[in-house]
Order: sequence, then C-alpha cells, then structure tokens
Amino acid sequence: MFEYAPAPESRDIVDIRPSYGLFINGEWVEPQSEERHKTVNPATEEVLAEVAWAGEADVDRAVQAAAKAFPVWSALPGAERAKYLFRIARIIQERSRELAVLETLDNGKPIRESRDVDLPLVAAHFFYYAGWADKLAYAGFGPDPRPLGVAGQVIPWNFPLLMLAWKIAPALACGNTVVLKPAETTPLTALAFADICRQADLPPGVVNIVTGAGATGAALVNHPGVDKVAFTGSTEVGRLIARGLAGTRKKLTLELGGKAANIVFEDAPLDQAVEGIVNGIFFNQGHVCCAGSRLLVQESIADELLEALKRRLGTLRLGDPLDKNTDIGAINSAEQLAKIRELSEAGEAEGAERWSPPCPIPDRGYWFPPTVFTGVAQSHRIAREEIFGPVLSVLTFRTPAEAVEKANNTPYGLSAGVWTEKGSLMLWMASRLRAGVVWSNTFNRFDPASPFGGYKESGYGREGGRHGLEAYLAV
Amino acid sequence: MTTPLAEVASSTSTLRAFLHGLPGVDRVGADARAAMLGTRSIKTTAKKQAIDMAIGMVDLTTLEGADTPGKVRAMCAKAVRPDPSDPTVPRVAAVCVYPDLVATAVEALRGSGVKVASVATSFPSGRSSLDVKVAETRLAVAAGAAEIDMVIDRGAFLAGDYLKVYEEIAATKEACGDSHLKVILETGELATYDNVRRASWLAMIAGADFIKTSTGKVSPAATLPVTLVMLEAVRDFLAATGRKVGVKPAGGIRTTKDAIKYLVLVNETAGPDWLHPDWFRLGASSLLNDLLMQRQKMATGRYAGPDYFTLD
Repeated sequence: MFEYAPAPESRDIVDIRPSYGLFINGEWVEPQSEERHKTVNPATEEVLAEVAWAGEADVDRAVQAAAKAFPVWSALPGAERAKYLFRIARIIQERSRELAVLETLDNGKPIRESRDVDLPLVAAHFFYYAGWADKLAYAGFGPDPRPLGVAGQVIPWNFPLLMLAWKIAPALACGNTVVLKPAETTPLTALAFADICRQADLPPGVVNIVTGAGATGAALVNHPGVDKVAFTGSTEVGRLIARGLAGTRKKLTLELGGKAANIVFEDAPLDQAVEGIVNGIFFNQGHVCCAGSRLLVQESIADELLEALKRRLGTLRLGDPLDKNTDIGAINSAEQLAKIRELSEAGEAEGAERWSPPCPIPDRGYWFPPTVFTGVAQSHRIAREEIFGPVLSVLTFRTPAEAVEKANNTPYGLSAGVWTEKGSLMLWMASRLRAGVVWSNTFNRFDPASPFGGYKESGYGREGGRHGLEAYLAV
Repeated sequence: MTTPLAEVASSTSTLRAFLHGLPGVDRVGADARAAMLGTRSIKTTAKKQAIDMAIGMVDLTTLEGADTPGKVRAMCAKAVRPDPSDPTVPRVAAVCVYPDLVATAVEALRGSGVKVASVATSFPSGRSSLDVKVAETRLAVAAGAAEIDMVIDRGAFLAGDYLKVYEEIAATKEACGDSHLKVILETGELATYDNVRRASWLAMIAGADFIKTSTGKVSPAATLPVTLVMLEAVRDFLAATGRKVGVKPAGGIRTTKDAIKYLVLVNETAGPDWLHPDWFRLGASSLLNDLLMQRQKMATGRYAGPDYFTLD
C-alpha cells in the first residue's frame, strides 16, 4: 500500500481577528445593531471569529456611503477605475495563499480547490472586468452607457470570494458603487477583501461590506437607496426578492438553484466522463448551483459506467480540508447537513438504491460521504429538488430525444453536460437543452469571459463576459 | 499459448473494428486528470516510502552508440549497490542495454537479483524485416536477457495495418520464450491519446507482458497523461481478460518529484496492486542519482553535492 502522509497547509499565514465590525465608507465601524454571531470552521466546529449582524440602521449607513461615493466614482474615466481593479486583482494574486487558507477554514472546501480553482478565478475575474472599464463604449450598449448607482449584492456561502468577485468586479468596472452582504456562515474572506480595498486605496464608500443573515439581506435589497439588486442563492429567497422588488425601479438579476443533467452517451470518452461526473457533483461537496446532480446515462453503457464510477469514488479522499491531498471537504453548516440527510433519506424511502464508498468520517464537524442513488425515477424528490450536497441521482435513457426530454423536465435550467465523441450529436443536444450553460465533454468549467446564468427558476440575467456588463449599466 | 482476445486478431478488419470500438480519450480531460494527480503532496514518511519504491522500479538504462563493456559493468555495479555508502538502499529492478552488451551485463549481475533487459527489433526505429527482428530477439535471449524491450512498427500502426503490428509482436513474443516482453509504443510518434489506447490494447492482445511508452530517442518521451491512458488500458485489460500487464514510462523522467508523480498516477489509476517492480518500471538513467540525493537528504536533513553520487 502507498499511504499519503498528512500534508496540511499551514494556517499560520492567516490572521483572523476575534471580532469584526462592518466595513462602511472605507472604515471599520462598530454596528448599531447589537446582534453578533460566531462563524465556525465546519470541519472542526471551532469558532473562528465573531461578526456583527447588521440591522436596518447599519445597512442604511452603508447605502448612504455608497450613494455618496457614486458621483465621484462614476465620473472617473474608465481607465482610472481600471487601475483600481487591476490593483485589486494583483493584491489578490499576491495574497492568494492566505485567502485560500481563509476560505477553506471558513467554508470547509478542500485547500486544493480554493488554491487551484477559487483563487485563480477570483483574480481572473477582476483582471477581466478591469479590462472592460475603459471599453464600455464598445460593449454594444450604446456610445456612452451609464452606470446604475448603488448596487446591493447578496452572495451565498458556497464560493464566498468567487461570488464576491462575480458581483463586485463588473459593478465597479461599470462605475457603480457597492454594498455587499456575504453569507452568514462564510463572512471572513469578504471581510479580508475589505482590507484589500484599503490596501488598493479604493476611494471610501465605493465598496461597503455588511455582514449578517437573511434580515440584513432583506434590509439591503429593500432599501430605497439601492438602484440595482444582484442575488445569488436559493430559488426560494430569489422569489421573495423578486416579489419585494416588483413595481420598483430597481434592476434585478438572480442566479438561483439548479438540478443539472450530466448526459453520457454510449460513445463518450468513458474515463473522462467518469472524471466529469465526479467533478460535476463532488466538486466543492456538491455545494454548486450548477452541479451535475442528475446523471443521465445511456442504457447500453449504464452498468459499465456505474462500475467505473464506483471504482473511482473509492479513491476519493475525504477529510481535513487543509490537507493538500483532500478531495472532499466538510459540509458548510449543520443546517445544510440536515437538509442533505433529509433528502437522502427521502430517496431511500421512495425506493432508490443508495451507495457510498467505504469512507471514514471524522468525529467532529459536518460531513457527508459521496453518495450515489441508482434506480431513480423522474418523480423522486432526489431527481427534482436541489440537494446542494455530494449526492448523485442516476437515471438512464435510450435515445437522444429521451435524454433531452428528461434533462429539460425540471423547473430549473442553469447548466447541463453532454458527453459524446460525435460532434453532430453534441450540437443537436446543445441546441435543445434549456440551460444557461451546456458543457461539452467537460463539467464545472468557469471562465470570466464566459457568461453564466439560468433559464426558468434558475434565475435571470447573466454574469461574466460582455453579457455580464448589461446588469450594471442603464440599458 | 492462447492469448485472451486472440480471436479479434483473426483479420485486419476484426482487429480494426475492435480497436476503434474502444472508448475514445478526450485530450483535455486526460491532461486535466494527470495534472490534478500531479498536485498530490507526498511528504515525510510517504516520500521516504516512495523514494525506495521508485529506486526498486528503475530500469537503469544506457543505450548509446558509445557504450562499452566497461561502462556497462560500472552501471551494473551501481544497479546492485546504488549508493556505496548506504547498504540500506534497495537495488534497482533491471539494467537495460543493447543486445551485444547483454552477456557483459549478465556476467556482472549474476546472483544479484537485478535483471538484464535488452532492447531488440531494430531499436529505436523498428525499421527492418520481421526476420531480422526475430533473429535479434533470439540473440539477446540466448545471451541471457530476461526481458526484451521491443519497438512496434509505428509506420504500420499509423497506416492502419494493425495486423502487421500484431504479428510482429506475437512473433517476438514467441522468440522471447520465457523472457518477458516489453512492447515500446513510442507514444511520441503516435500523436493522439486514442492511438495510445489502441496501441496499448493491440500490444496486450498480442502477448505483451509490459507496455512501455518510449525509446527515449524521440521527443516527447514519457508524459503523465500518456502513462495515465496506458494505466487505464492495463486496468481495463485485466478486468476484461484476467491477465495483468505491466507499464513502463521511459525517457524524460529525471527528478524524484517526477517519479513520485508517476507513482501517484499508478496508485490512483491502476491501483496499488501495480506498485511493484513486477508491474511498474521507470526507464531512466539520471533519475537514480536524484532519488539517492533526495533519500540522503531525508535521512540527514542536508543535501550533498552532486559529486557525492557516482556518475555511472
């Protein structure tokens, strides 16, 4: 046997303060709200820090600061705004190890992913939109597109810093100012980003960070001084926001849930398809809105593929997220773990067959083993509801038409994957799948130049690419 | 001897149908998987274990026109006792030489447990008649080679003449007798991973005991993704036929870091059952000194200069 010795990334590089205030108008301020909550490391349940949960008065203060900064920031020539964004991108690269460790501590995701996926994409996103800042006149939105004003942005806990980048980079490039609320379980990298804004000498009030939970988010999106709302999170909350904003002048983009189909044809590159399935649903513990949570496999290769998949899952390494060889980290919160358990039990109760590789689970922290359900029917809850965990539902199909029908038979439409070596079939499928992203012989690949967003209940608006500018311009 | 799957070699068309019916390899995905496995962090006790494992898998190689019996004898001494100052260092798996130097190596290694491998079949180009190739194989076996590293006819393979390649391998295997046959695919000339997979299966069906990436004379030689595809092939071949075949990346593996990446690849692709010199070899020459240097560093905490390791 060849056992890998523990190879933990050192956490000495991060400096977590015991307690954080709010970042408003370029300063750390004490909140008026007295509510404070602890953020924990989900892998150990160790308390990392205490953060404020901002109240309405605090949110108001942040929106005022952003509104005050807007005339000056939006009047800067695009090339000047670009300088700040390039500077932020470079600081993120310089501090990427620190930020990766911090993200892993607060979120539970493996350091390999925060180091090799999250952080490079975060920096790339800032670099990409920095490049747009002085070229907005050529983006196809008229000769002189104007920013909207104050953007109220609410982001989820699955990719804390990456979602922050997706929100803040285009907003700033277009000349808007920002009030951002990170998720209550993962505030630390957003608070570290506040420090980066100061390090980059970003003018006060251009970026404001208010921490808190649902009530803080509601106060932000419903604040009359906010001109634009961007939300990434659950469809349930997205619906509430859309309802609240109906009839107001606020512009809204929503990036919500998904139940993506990963479709494998009999002529697929099999070994790479197995990798794509693993990457589709077990990447980031399945805490991915565009996760390939439904595997649709052509009947003729179903047994062969499942055998290969199970063999591969036997090599996944679950454990300490800071260990550089860990593949599967911790579930982000006790609440999320309970939801994954509930849905998995429902899957068994409805008659699907459950399988997990032999996989020791640590004593402390929130963990869920990689899980595969076979014999799943379209009507099962595990085939319809977003689990947001490392749980794969396997269904089979016979013809391409059946694959399309099953893939589209969901209220969601965020992403899909198709695996075939036949180009014509790939194009036939891609033109029929109702999903914002269709990956061809790959899955969960992101690039700042590529627009991302959903159909149907997966939301509206696009983030990333030239398309992502539209959400932050008066067009 | 009956080979599993021998019936697919009954004609060019059956062979072609079989090889082209194998699942394709997506280059981007294979590269990404190999790169990801390359990020595994092998430290402390695992690194110690890996270094000794790698030393025991080295096929210490010299394949130069300027080789002399003296040079081969010196290399053999090193193969048996890689670090004269440290008897705990394991011996390497084999030495690999040209056919005319096999007798010298056999003499030098008698009783040591280190095997003698010989390249044959008009190495490295493979451009000769089957009679010459078979004769050369017999010559090397007669001189005492326990392992024969043959090259395939890449021209015939790329032209789609799979039956010709099959027949050459089968004939060489027969000429090997009890000696083991390693089949060099020369993946640097096969151009695509699909071809690497097909050539791997073709060699295994024809009777290869080992499949080997490269001669070392063509660039690129061994790469991680190519080795990944070959490891998948031996894994699937075992499942399909019950016969286990070994894998040998060769050429371009110069550092301990590289060698460890290959071991990780084996461990997580074909599985730990392949982590043995009977099933996995590293064809290399300069790699051994780097392994010795890293081994000593693990023991003493300090790097010794290159002059403390012998240049054989």
